[in-house]
Amino acid sequence: MDKVFSRPESLQDIPTHYCPGCGHGIAHRIIAEVVDELKIREKVIGVTPIGCAVVAYDYWDFDCCEASHGRALAVATAIKRTRPENIVFTYQGDGDLAAIGTNETIHAANRGENLSVVFINNAVYGMTGGQMAPTTLLGQKTATTPFGRDYKNAGFPLKISEMLSLLAGVKYIERVSLDSPQGVIQTKRAIREAFKNQVEGVGFSLVEILSACPTYWNMAPKEALGWMRNVMKKEFPLGRIK
Amino acid sequence: MTGNEAMAEGAIMAGCYFYAGYPITPQNEIPAYMSRRMSEENRIFIQAESELAAINMVFGAAATGVRAMTSSSSPGISLKQEGISYLAGAELPAVIINVMRAGPGLGNIWPSQSDYFQATKGGGHGDYHPIVLSPSSVQEAFDSMPLAFDLADKYRNPVIILTDGILGQMMEPLILSHKATKPQSHKPIKPWAVTGCKNRKRNIVKSFYLKEGDLEELNLRLQKKYKTIQEKEGRFEGLFLDDAKIILVAYGTMARVVKSAVRALREMNIKAGMIRPITLWPFPNNIFRRLAIGHKRLVFLVIEMSYGQMIEDVKLALNCRAPVEFLGRSGGGVPTEEDIINKVTKHG
Repeated sequence: MDKVFSRPESLQDIPTHYCPGCGHGIAHRIIAEVVDELKIREKVIGVTPIGCAVVAYDYWDFDCCEASHGRALAVATAIKRTRPENIVFTYQGDGDLAAIGTNETIHAANRGENLSVVFINNAVYGMTGGQMAPTTLLGQKTATTPFGRDYKNAGFPLKISEMLSLLAGVKYIERVSLDSPQGVIQTKRAIREAFKNQVEGVGFSLVEILSACPTYWNMAPKEALGWMRNVMKKEFPLGRIK
Repeated sequence: MTGNEAMAEGAIMAGCYFYAGYPITPQNEIPAYMSRRMSEENRIFIQAESELAAINMVFGAAATGVRAMTSSSSPGISLKQEGISYLAGAELPAVIINVMRAGPGLGNIWPSQSDYFQATKGGGHGDYHPIVLSPSSVQEAFDSMPLAFDLADKYRNPVIILTDGILGQMMEPLILSHKATKPQSHKPIKPWAVTGCKNRKRNIVKSFYLKEGDLEELNLRLQKKYKTIQEKEGRFEGLFLDDAKIILVAYGTMARVVKSAVRALREMNIKAGMIRPITLWPFPNNIFRRLAIGHKRLVFLVIEMSYGQMIEDVKLALNCRAPVEFLGRSGGGVPTEEDIINKVTKHG
């Protein structure tokens, strides 16, 4: 009998530390599958963020480099410039990429670095205990917006993907969601495109992935998926942005 | 050549393959020089969007195993401290030039030595030390670069070149003496580097150790390394130490003024000598101990362009075996030869 499904070579056989219903495990697996399918495991270098996914390198099975909070794209820029023959990607959360690291994000994009960026937007800081993220929705309750996010005090949800799409150096941006099996398939297609772009030398590619954080949304995993579909996607519409 | 350009050329000849920096006076000649020469040499130059980005680019380049460098001046070096701590934690070799200006805060662009504590005591968070070299001439600034990269690679540790606006801006004749080292950009000569896991197990560059005991183990390893560095790498220049009754201690630019003062004092039949620490960390403790034990009634006079930072290390090295006097100015002021001679003669 033919084996039609197995653990990707790029993913280690280790249970993750993520909470039930969290999207990181799915996103990690998709990346591992894409790396295997593009046959780039021996060339890929992952740059991991500060946040829940800091130890993504404990789950993947290829070279990885940690970056300090927000600086993944500065680290990745240098790795790629130094070793253009390698495939370099960053994996960053909303706090990392769109708050503390906004400067690095914008300038790496603006330089048109030939990198692939996997941007996990779960509208909250997970690792530190559920504080407001730049992408937190208006009215959303978090550890630091106990009465719900109010734009008068905390501004509006930041649409960094739309902002980045204005830059000449950016070649591909798409927003996808892990709220359904179809969404997972779309996400894999988008990540594959972002990696393929780099292999072909196209330039800066970013996939924003809407992902659930049931723990800090104070929801059951199933309820969290419903909230992504009915609320989050309205604020962050899916589709190709550039 | 200016000191800044000499350090830049020295880095290129030492095989520096990657440079990232952000403009700040008085070190702007370094990125300007690098932007042209690195391109000529087919190596990587990036003008970063900030000091934070620059030091983290150096982190990324160092992680791939190439020789990487950044430069800045005091406020910019403060911004780089988190990155330097990460370099130390991940045990990545890199060279950081600090062309000191006067602080605190924005201060001004006059020369100063007030970042001594920051450079030698760690500077960022955590229990670590960068190796700190302090040249006092344009030639020595140039010659420091291969040494800095060699020490960084040997110990997998960040190395800081601590200099100041005078040396950075000053022009002196220069002999391009050392043999150029070819940059090793793509050879995986460092088995720990991230280069893609072809024909080997994967490599991880990190400073995060969550499991109980793991971080303590890293720290013990670092401390063992620092002990070796302290035992082996202390460097200093001595002047008239054999018969000196008063020993003046200064580093970098300040030591040039002190050297003139010591010579003038000798002409006045005052038995002055000088110790110029070349490595500020590790501090050359042994020479102080040896002299203080060997000669009773020795007096030390520490002279700094600060209100007293290196003096603490001199006192620690002497451990109360000899009196330690101080002369210093800060905020852009430089003690003159006359100030020094007056201080010594008044002391008797």
